[in-house]
Amino acid sequence: MTASRKLLILGGMALAAAGMLYGLYYAVFVEHQTLDQMGGSLTRAFASAAERDSSGSQTALQAYASTKYDYVRQVDAHSHWIGLGMLMILLGALFGRVNFSEAVRQAIAISLLAGSAVFPLAVILQTYHHGAFVFKALAVVGPVLVIAGLTATASGFARQPTVAKEAR
Amino acid sequence: MATVAKSSLAVSTFAPVSARRLYIFGGIALIAVGMLFGDIFAVFILHQNAGQQGAALIDASRAVASRDAAAATAIFGRLGGLLEDRGTKVDAHVHMLDAGYLALLLALVQPYIALSQATKKAMAGLFVMAGVLLAIGIFLIHYVGLAYSPFVVIGWASVLADSSGALLILILMVQAWGFWKYLQNRELAEPELPAEDSMASRALLTGGTLLVLLGFLHGAYYAGSMLYQHEQMEPAVLQRMLGFASEGNLAAATGEVTNFGNLAGERAVNIAAHSHVIEFGLLAMLLSFVQPYVYLSDKWKRCWVKVLLGGSVILPVFVLLELKLGLLAGGIADVGGLMVVTGLIGMLVGIVRYSGHLDAAESAR
Repeated sequence: MTASRKLLILGGMALAAAGMLYGLYYAVFVEHQTLDQMGGSLTRAFASAAERDSSGSQTALQAYASTKYDYVRQVDAHSHWIGLGMLMILLGALFGRVNFSEAVRQAIAISLLAGSAVFPLAVILQTYHHGAFVFKALAVVGPVLVIAGLTATASGFARQPTVAKEAR
Repeated sequence: MATVAKSSLAVSTFAPVSARRLYIFGGIALIAVGMLFGDIFAVFILHQNAGQQGAALIDASRAVASRDAAAATAIFGRLGGLLEDRGTKVDAHVHMLDAGYLALLLALVQPYIALSQATKKAMAGLFVMAGVLLAIGIFLIHYVGLAYSPFVVIGWASVLADSSGALLILILMVQAWGFWKYLQNRELAEPELPAEDSMASRALLTGGTLLVLLGFLHGAYYAGSMLYQHEQMEPAVLQRMLGFASEGNLAAATGEVTNFGNLAGERAVNIAAHSHVIEFGLLAMLLSFVQPYVYLSDKWKRCWVKVLLGGSVILPVFVLLELKLGLLAGGIADVGGLMVVTGLIGMLVGIVRYSGHLDAAESAR
């Protein structure tokens, strides 16, 4: 098995397991409490407005928006890690059909795996520092790496078999 | 004449009740049932649930206008129930599909898992069982609630779902350990899946890769141009809704409820289109591997591939168009989903026929 395939299969399994472990931890220890906070904040916003307490209503709405910002990102990171992990395992199994030299395939595999690991991580880190530029930038770099790797993979599938066959 | 994978390689990679056969049957069945459930949910529950949420928000605005904080609080209890109803059904659908995709992936990597056949078979059986129980557990969360639960916020259905999730993680870790063992001696535990260079396989592989790429591009576009804007709009809309309700202007507050619904709809269709096109791409790529086991004529194999790929494009495109065309687009998207399920079941029938053919030949010896 070539190094590029090994990297994608092992890396994909690690990403999928990390995503599942994170999801399990989140579901057991955080999700129910977060959903309660979100519902509670929205309820308080309406109840305070009914009591004509506009500052209380405003504060509750801000708490709702902030909790939802975190919740959406936590769930997204979990699902993207697992989804990208599965894609990496699948591409690892298929990588013998990418008709480039092994050095190019390794570069593509590194780009795919780095993007798949960094993107959900940057999304989670945004929950600790809302709006931090560096995490937003990382959340852009990750998908760019994956899209570039996937485009190269697709062109490798379409390419006539020349150099890659010996190293499947 | 059926194009059967008659080679000894194809036969040896699909032994009766082997781990690979369990993963392939279980995986395709989980995906087909998950998609069918998703289609039923979309037709009979999704839009009705959204309508009920809107009605609850209008009631809450009325409660604010009449200074009735207790009524507003009670309405949000009802709204929480509606959100849980919707959320658990979406999650059951998604988790069943993902367990199916993982099962097909594991079928693919079995040659690189250096474990005994008995262990592999036990893991495959447990995996399919955990995939089913995970979805059932999530589905039941809304109905079981906290009945007879010793925990403060976690009910028995959640316990079932979380335990099944933990079992899936454990099985994945065992597979990773088997792969690690393979890397030590580099001997294949069983033959690799036979590579078939048919039109059906190539179309699934190329089409699948393009679908995944399209999904990534759409996701990147949505995240870059709309996600943050939508996140800022939601509290602003709620703020205006509460402001109008406090002033007693119920017509304007109801207008903001409509804006809130439209915003939620816009986010939902973009996320649904993004996730569905990528999942269908993954599915197509995975199915390209099992084509040697589809015991059907070339004509029928090509037909199911076209139906599956056609549905994979129709569903996400018309989900996106729902905002402009309304329920008509929603209906067409549902037909797209049914096309994917039909293509999948067509291939599953071919694989069942192949198994029967193989087992009959085996028992005749």
